Amino acid sequence: MLRDAMLVAGKDLRIEIRSRVGLNQVGPFAVAVLLLFGLALGPDRQVLAPASAGLFWVAVLLSTILAVQRSYAIESADAARDGLRLSGLDPAGIFLGKAGAIAVQLLVLEAALTIGVALLYGAHLSGALVLVAACAAGTLGLTAIGTLYGVVASGLQTRETLLPLLFLPVVAPVLLAATKAWDAALAGTPGRAGGWLDVLVVFAVLYTAIGTIAFGPLLEDG
Amino acid sequence: MSTASHPARTDRATLALRGLGAVALAGVAATVWLGLFVTPPDEFMGNLVRLLYVHPPMAWVAFLAYGMAGLASVFYLWPRTRAERFDRLAGASAEVGVVFTGLTLVSGSIWGRPTWGAWWVWDPLLTTTALLFVLYLGYLALRRVPGDFHARARRSAIAALVAFVDVPIVYFSVDWWRSLHQAPTINLITHKTYVHGSMAWTLLLGFVSFTLVYIWLVAHRYRLAKLQDREETEGLEVALAERRAEAVAG
Repeated sequence: MLRDAMLVAGKDLRIEIRSRVGLNQVGPFAVAVLLLFGLALGPDRQVLAPASAGLFWVAVLLSTILAVQRSYAIESADAARDGLRLSGLDPAGIFLGKAGAIAVQLLVLEAALTIGVALLYGAHLSGALVLVAACAAGTLGLTAIGTLYGVVASGLQTRETLLPLLFLPVVAPVLLAATKAWDAALAGTPGRAGGWLDVLVVFAVLYTAIGTIAFGPLLEDG
Repeated sequence: MSTASHPARTDRATLALRGLGAVALAGVAATVWLGLFVTPPDEFMGNLVRLLYVHPPMAWVAFLAYGMAGLASVFYLWPRTRAERFDRLAGASAEVGVVFTGLTLVSGSIWGRPTWGAWWVWDPLLTTTALLFVLYLGYLALRRVPGDFHARARRSAIAALVAFVDVPIVYFSVDWWRSLHQAPTINLITHKTYVHGSMAWTLLLGFVSFTLVYIWLVAHRYRLAKLQDREETEGLEVALAERRAEAVAG
């Protein structure tokens, strides 16, 4: 299963490196979102800095939708999805591989966005360990749900509108917990983030488990 | 096309359903009459207490409906109990649940404005209810996407399960978030007054009659879903047969 996951993740990441859609579209999209938040809240750093954790995670959430859509768009061309079904790879491995590839892209994006909130909103980066842990656990939860709903929506006619509607309400706890963990770290009290990190880990584990089990039948249905 | 495979049985079911509907609606009417005209105003809340005869029953029905949808989805996903009826039951129940969640949010908001001075507070129960509303709107949107019956049923059941698992996590995290902020916690329980006499009976009648309304609506929605599925599968065959008969005759 893990070997299959590595194969699929490697394939997706190679496609992304060669096509540069993530770099040329998802990244700039996230930066545009950051800039627009700045315009919406005004130039006052005393307003922006305390809000930077929440704004960062909303930008990540929106980018996740794009990354998931992109991940399934590459399977829709040339009947690649049927190829995936015929390949004999373990469906659980395919799920973990696709989720892993999206997670890697999101983590790169989050690194860039972190610099963005520090520069644009004047967020004081402290508690680096908590920031990284929240990103890791939060991203796993987001990609598990995203990859699961991505395959649900990918075969359907209304996939572009359906995916955000299905995805966003479910990941509300991730937004809340990740924002609170970041708030604690940015405020210089990383010790308070502990419980929120637990929420993120529980969410990630639960939905990765559901996704690993449910992905196979969903891939066959598409 | 034959009208029904078991005419006698169908008729009995229809009659029973009509009876249930009549009792349910009479119960709701009685609740409204008792709540508005018979029961006294509350010592602290005044006439606002009258909204409490319908609001908790609505919320109860919403949660009951989601519980039923989740349970039916698990039954559908479990290979040993997989049956089309569980998919239809999940869909029917979730649809009624969304309607009652909407009613719960609106009636709660109307009650909250004079009581708390705001249409909305970020209370864990309220926030969870609002998220449930959008979660299950998404579920219903997914159900409406046309396609093969079993593929649709399976993805819907998985979505229902994902939503079901999400509810306690949402409630827990919002609850915790509120307690950390040290904002005035609005505990819905503390606002409950001692209900007694006619007030208690009216509230009890509200719960019973709204539950009956739930069963009645789900039964109707279930039947409609069954007919829709039949129309989809048999309708084309019937149309083709008629067309062929026409061609032969013509």
